[in-house]
Amino acid sequence: MTQKMRRVVIASAIALISGTASAAGTLIYCSEGSPSGFDPARHVTGTDFDASAETIFNRLVEFSPGSTQIRPGLAEKWTVSADNLSYTFTLRKGVKFHTTPYFKPTRDFNADDVVFSFKRFTDKNFAFNKAAPTDFPYASDMALDTNLIGIEKVDPYTVRLKLKTVDAAFLQNLAMSFASIHSAEYAESLLKAGKAQQINTQPIGTGPFVFKSYQKDANIRYDANKEYWRKGDVKLDKLIFAITTDASVRYQKLQKGECHVMAYPKPADLKAMQTNPKLVVPSQAGFNTGWLSYNVTRKPFDKLEVRQALDMAINKKSIIDAVFQGAGQVATNPMPPTQWSYNKNLKDAPLDLAKAKALLKKAGVSEGTEVTLWAMPVQRPYNPNAKLMAEMIQNDWSKIGIKAKIVTYEWGEYIKRAKAGEADTLLIGWTGDNGDPDNWLGVNLGCEAVGGNNYARWCNKEFDDLITTGRATTNQAERVKLYEKAQLIFKRELPWTTLAHSTVYQPMRKEVQGFKISPFGLNSFYGVSLK
Amino acid sequence: MFSFILRRIAVVIPTFIGVTLLAFALIHMIPGDPILVMMGERQIDPEFYRAAMQRLGLDQPLYVQYGHYVLNVLQGNFGQSIVTQEPVLSEFLKLFPATVELSLCAMMFACAIGLPAGMLAATRRGTVIDHVTMGGALTGYSMPIFWWGLILIMLFSVHLGWTPVSGRIALEYDINPVTGFMLIDTLISGEEGAFKSALHHLVLPAVVLGTIPMAVIARMTRSAMLEVLREDYIRTARAKGLGRTRIVIVHALRNALMPVVTVIGLQVGTLLAGAVLTETIFSWPGIGKWLIDSISRRDYPVVQGGILLIATLVISVNLLVDILYGVINPRIRHAR
Repeated sequence: MTQKMRRVVIASAIALISGTASAAGTLIYCSEGSPSGFDPARHVTGTDFDASAETIFNRLVEFSPGSTQIRPGLAEKWTVSADNLSYTFTLRKGVKFHTTPYFKPTRDFNADDVVFSFKRFTDKNFAFNKAAPTDFPYASDMALDTNLIGIEKVDPYTVRLKLKTVDAAFLQNLAMSFASIHSAEYAESLLKAGKAQQINTQPIGTGPFVFKSYQKDANIRYDANKEYWRKGDVKLDKLIFAITTDASVRYQKLQKGECHVMAYPKPADLKAMQTNPKLVVPSQAGFNTGWLSYNVTRKPFDKLEVRQALDMAINKKSIIDAVFQGAGQVATNPMPPTQWSYNKNLKDAPLDLAKAKALLKKAGVSEGTEVTLWAMPVQRPYNPNAKLMAEMIQNDWSKIGIKAKIVTYEWGEYIKRAKAGEADTLLIGWTGDNGDPDNWLGVNLGCEAVGGNNYARWCNKEFDDLITTGRATTNQAERVKLYEKAQLIFKRELPWTTLAHSTVYQPMRKEVQGFKISPFGLNSFYGVSLK
Repeated sequence: MFSFILRRIAVVIPTFIGVTLLAFALIHMIPGDPILVMMGERQIDPEFYRAAMQRLGLDQPLYVQYGHYVLNVLQGNFGQSIVTQEPVLSEFLKLFPATVELSLCAMMFACAIGLPAGMLAATRRGTVIDHVTMGGALTGYSMPIFWWGLILIMLFSVHLGWTPVSGRIALEYDINPVTGFMLIDTLISGEEGAFKSALHHLVLPAVVLGTIPMAVIARMTRSAMLEVLREDYIRTARAKGLGRTRIVIVHALRNALMPVVTVIGLQVGTLLAGAVLTETIFSWPGIGKWLIDSISRRDYPVVQGGILLIATLVISVNLLVDILYGVINPRIRHAR
């Protein structure tokens, strides 16, 4: 018996005896699905990013664990030019790319890798893109494909990125998963071998874990990166994602010790989890908002009194209790309280049916007026059951004489028709991408977003001026003032009724140490250890 | 016999054409497209959307897309997944052995329990044994797979600790997928305990997936046996003084098996349909789950290619059953 085999047998024996499926130092994470691939730039979901960006890769700047604030990553430091259009990054020295059976790097990380990783987004004639045609949805979503006009290698450890227009959220965007840094040397070797697509199946990064193998719908295996540059971050020997799509089964596996951490518990299981002595269930306010959007270009929603009346007739507390089974909190603002620049002084109008009726009367809306209320066909953290939520709102509105007809479509169709302005009122929401206030206010309420994500089709000049100024200002204290004022206008004009922020629960076994819940809903295992 | 086989194959060709058309039409009839579904509530830059649709060839009229699809299939090219950008055939071949392994074990379980149960019920007709067996079969047939799977997990895995909750093998074993059949691969790997672990993981999913076929086989065996046991030649055999076991096994069972074999063939479709749920509950990396995910992501090439490949399998099994039927019963192959 070889030594390796002997180790495996001993590990299994220990596992069988203790009833847990893990060897010491091997953390098993019951994840919710298979990733679409391991090239973060091509994908959009947390499932994809957990399996690649959070394990295998690093970015120039990164989000601090459990926070929306950024910290240095592969860039040690950076300077911004006076016009806020040019960012110069000093790169970290001595960072090693992963050595695997399919690639052995001959050099450390340097400026060439940064240039390669970003040129993919901006250069339509880039040889690598031609060899591996794909889309970069997030880069396009954050306008990096059009706004990033210069990627310059100043010296082997200095890179300068130039923007067309000022984007205060630029650094936050660079910390997002899609902006992970690949090895240019590996890409070149793939290109030469005619295997460019392999960048999506056999990744090479600088991150805390080295990709070992992937079996679709079964598991992903990683080894610890013993040469990782941020020394304290690698405390495990191995990391395994056991792909388990059903939430009830994930819970059974966690209970039995077949995994240490599980993704997305069912709200109905939370009580039992919290009383299980072998588990802990830390929680945090989710980085999301669910809301009801009023189409202000349609009658009678163009009248503020009508929006106010409908808003004050909705019993948000009951919605949290029934739809979120308590695992949520009432939303007052369009952004969650963990987002910097959140205006704490805003208050919801109290539930007042008599006043609501009076407001409707004043606006000339007769009793029995019919409106459409669109309910999303999918579950989202900010709205786990849109149909039930719509029914509750329908019931609340019936008390003030408004008849709501609930409408739903297949998800793609729902979005398409909603963007075309076909809904009177609709349930929708947002999960923050980059921890920047513009990612809430600009993306969902700006005049430019009408016809896009601004489903309310609400274009208020006063509000829009504030967020446009905010986007072009890099001083955070100034931006806070601008966005707080913008939220005040939002609350005054009520293009939406903000409904809920979900609470994120992260069940895990007691032996797991150092796990931090990411505000972005990502699952990272750097800094995590087993007791 | 040769002309019989040819006749059966000729019937299969239009079925294939129908399947390609149906698979293509059904997935394209569902509203939405892969890009819209991928982006969800995110913003979509119209230029990005146009370029992506063009790259995927989805900006072409439907009949052109269908034409490309059929031409590619005829050349053995089932396309490339929009989501993973892997060839459909290679994804299918990676996942298919897991489904086959599970289905075969489920079928073995179904036959091993269903056939004797049916025979027992038939030979003890009207007794308590008959009623209990058939009552059990009816219960098995009506069992919702998802619920049944979770109940078995809670009982055998969580409370009694006899079986693992899900997966194909304990995660300590990193088995190289040579054939894709875990039982075979564990033997090839030579790792101690790996085969046992794989077998251990197969028990619950095979029982869950095999429950409905088992019930169908038991009921079919019973009724076919009852039919045969009334025949003159059985009476003759009894009159000749043959033993009860010999009459049932040698004379009755062989003749009763014909409809049962047909039912077993037809159950392949049921197994594949049931595999979707069983694979989801037990995190079994097979084609059922792969297809369902692809439908929700509008991964057209995977849905079209996957359905076509599965249809090929079901049709082939049924063709095989037809031919086997001809072998068992010469009257069938001579009928025009």
